[in-house]
Amino acid sequence: MATLEPPSTSIAGAAAPPPSDVALAPTIIEPRKGWWQFNWRDLWVYRELLFFLVWRDVKVRYKQTLLGASWAIIQPVLQLVVFTIIFGRLAGVNTHGIPYPLFNLAGLLPWQFFANTVGQAANSLVGSANIVRKVYFPRLAIPTASVLAGVVDFGLSFSILVALMVWYQWPPSPAILLLPIFLLLAMMTALGVGYWLSAINARYRDVRHATPFLVQLWLFATPVVYPSNLIEGYWQLLYALNPMVGVVEGFRWALIGTQPPSLLLLVSVAMAITIFGTGLLYFQSVERKLADVI
Amino acid sequence: MHYAIRVRDLAKQYRIGAIKQRTAGYVTLRDAIVERFRGRRSEAATELWALDGVSFDVKQGEVVGIIGRNGAGKSTLLKVLSRITEPTRGRAELYGRVASLLEVGTGFHPELTGRENIYLNGAILGMRKREIDRNFEAIVDFAEVEQFIDTPVKFYSSGMYVRLAFAVAAHLEPEILIVDEVLAVGDARFQKKCLNKMQDVGQQGRTVLFVSHSMQSILRMCQRAILLNQGKVVADGPAQQVVGVYLGKGAHSIAERVWPDRAGAPGKEVAHLRAVRVRDADGEISDTIDIRAPVTIEMEFMVTLGGYVLLPHVRLYNEDNVAVFTTLDLDPEWRRRPRPPGRYCARVTIPGNFLAEGSFYVEAALTTLDPPMKQFAERDAVAFQVIDSLEGDTARGDWAGNVAGVVRPILPWTTTYEPFD
Repeated sequence: MATLEPPSTSIAGAAAPPPSDVALAPTIIEPRKGWWQFNWRDLWVYRELLFFLVWRDVKVRYKQTLLGASWAIIQPVLQLVVFTIIFGRLAGVNTHGIPYPLFNLAGLLPWQFFANTVGQAANSLVGSANIVRKVYFPRLAIPTASVLAGVVDFGLSFSILVALMVWYQWPPSPAILLLPIFLLLAMMTALGVGYWLSAINARYRDVRHATPFLVQLWLFATPVVYPSNLIEGYWQLLYALNPMVGVVEGFRWALIGTQPPSLLLLVSVAMAITIFGTGLLYFQSVERKLADVI
Repeated sequence: MHYAIRVRDLAKQYRIGAIKQRTAGYVTLRDAIVERFRGRRSEAATELWALDGVSFDVKQGEVVGIIGRNGAGKSTLLKVLSRITEPTRGRAELYGRVASLLEVGTGFHPELTGRENIYLNGAILGMRKREIDRNFEAIVDFAEVEQFIDTPVKFYSSGMYVRLAFAVAAHLEPEILIVDEVLAVGDARFQKKCLNKMQDVGQQGRTVLFVSHSMQSILRMCQRAILLNQGKVVADGPAQQVVGVYLGKGAHSIAERVWPDRAGAPGKEVAHLRAVRVRDADGEISDTIDIRAPVTIEMEFMVTLGGYVLLPHVRLYNEDNVAVFTTLDLDPEWRRRPRPPGRYCARVTIPGNFLAEGSFYVEAALTTLDPPMKQFAERDAVAFQVIDSLEGDTARGDWAGNVAGVVRPILPWTTTYEPFD
C-alpha cells in the first residue's frame, strides 16, 4: 500500500523525531469510494477526544445556569407532576395497581434520556461548525458525545426514582440486573437517531424545526404515560417497531416488576440495531462533504 | 532522504452553484426538494477547480511556504492535507502525525477556564491527555496567563485568548505542522515569539507547511516556497525566487520596469520616463535588500525638448501607504543648468541601516523648475523588500520583537552613570 522507500537504517536518522505511537503508518488522503469505508483506526486514536467532548458538554451545560445540575432533577419532577395530574388523576389511566407516579417515572426516565439526547445530538454538528471547518477528527465523536453526556443526566434523575421507590416502599424486582441492557438499547436508539438527524441537519438546516415535533409525536407512540397493554392484536407488531417501546417496557419490568416484555422485544431490538446501523452509514456518507456544506 | 509529504495530482472541485447557496446562508430541505421537482436545475451550476492537479514532495524537516493570491487554492490545499475536506482526485501521503492550525483557538469554549480549555483544545487538535499533562506548564508559561488559568476564557482579553490558543497548538509536537496565517493575530511581540517557536519546530526536524500573505514572514521562515495560481503550482523553489515571481506578478521582476516605446511611457513634451530599477550593493537588480546594505534607485529618462532646468525626484511609500520621504536630485553637475535633449540616467543611493523592514514602493517623478510643469510621477514604478536577518548587528540589536517606525537608523547612544552614595 505504502509507496515510500524502505525504512532508513542510516545513522543520520538521529535527526528524525521519534515516531509517535499514533503515526507509524502513513496517512493516505484519497477520494473515498464505495459506501462503507469506516475509519475505525481514527475512532480509536481519538478516543480521548470523545471523553473530553462529553466532559465539556456536561460541564458547560450546568456552568452558567442558576440551579446547576439540579436541572436534571427539576425537569423530570415537573413533568412527572404534570403527567400524574393529567393522566393519573384526570384521565384515570389504569396502571394495574402500581402508583401512577412510580409507573410513569419508570418510563419517563429512559424517555427523557432519549428525547434530550436526540435533541442535543441533532444540533450538535451544526453547533460545532467552527471546529468542523478547521480541524480534522472523526466527526462521529460530536453526536456520540451528546448522547453519552446524557447518561450523566440520566444518572442524576435516577435518584428521583430511588426516592419515589423508598416513599412507596416498592422494592425493585430481581430483573433490575438487566437494567443496563435496556439502557444500552436506549443509547443505541438515541445514537442511531442522533446520527441521522445531525447529518440531515448539517445538510438541510430547516430540519431542526422538525426535530422537536418528531420527538413529541414519538412520545405518544411510546408507552410512557399509558401502559402498553392498551395496544392489542396485530397493532402490537407495528407498535414494537418503535424501539423505545421495548426500552420503556424493559425499564418498567426491571424497575417496578410489571409484566416481562413479550417476544416482540426482539422486534424493538432489531429496529434499534437497524436505526443505529443505517444512521452510521448515512452519517459517514455526509461526513465526507461535511466541511463543504456546513 | 525521507519524505514527509508526497502530493500527486491533487484536485478539488467545487460546484459554484453550491457555493452561492452557501453564501446565502445554507441549503434547506425545501431548496433541495424544489430543485428536484424543477428537474435537476443544478446542471446549470458550473464547476470550479479550486485545486487542479497539484503535485509536490516535501522532505522531512523542510519549512515550506505556500503563497498565492486569494482564491489561488492555498486554503483548499491545506484543508485537503489536514483532512478537513476530501479531494476530488489525486492522492497525498503524509508520513507522521499531522497537526493543522487553520485558526487558533478552534474549539475554545468561553464558559470553560483556561486550564479546561487547554485540555479540550489539545484533545481536539489530536493530543493525548498525558501529552497535555507533560506540556501543561510549558503551555501556560508560553501563553503568559499563569494568574488567570482558572478563570473562564470569556473574561480573557483577546490578546490573552490568542496567546493561550497558540500556546496549545505550538506544543503539539507533531511531525508535520500545517499553519495558516496564525501570525495575523496577537500583538507584534507575541507574533515574533510565535515565529521563533515555529523556527524551532523546523529545526527539530519537523516539517512545516506555512501559508501567509506576509512575504517577510515567508522569507524569514522558509527555505522553499510554492506559488499557487488558479489551483495549479506556478513556481516551486527557493523562497527568495518564488516570492520574487509572486511579487512580480509573473516573469518580470518588480525591481525593474522599462518602457521601451515613447507611446506607452509616462511623460509630457519635455521628458518621459524610460526605466526605473532597484539595485543592491553589488549593483545587481534586486527586489530583496538586506537592511544593513545600501539600495540604489535608478531612473532613466529621455529629454525630448531641451532648455529646461529639470528636477528629477523619487518618493518612497511603505506598506501602509505612508510617504517615507521624497528625495530631490541635487547633483551639482545639472543643478540650475538647462538640459539638452538626450538620454539621462539619475541614481540615488539610500544608505543601509536607514529604512525599516518591509515593502517599499517607489514613485519616480520629474518636474521642470521654471515654470513648474509636471512631466511624470509614476506611483509604484518599482518595489523592493527590506529584510532584517536578525543577526544582532542591525538597529534592533538583540531585540527580536517589533520595532515601530518607517525608518530604522542606527544612532549613537551615550550613557552617564552615577552610583548611589
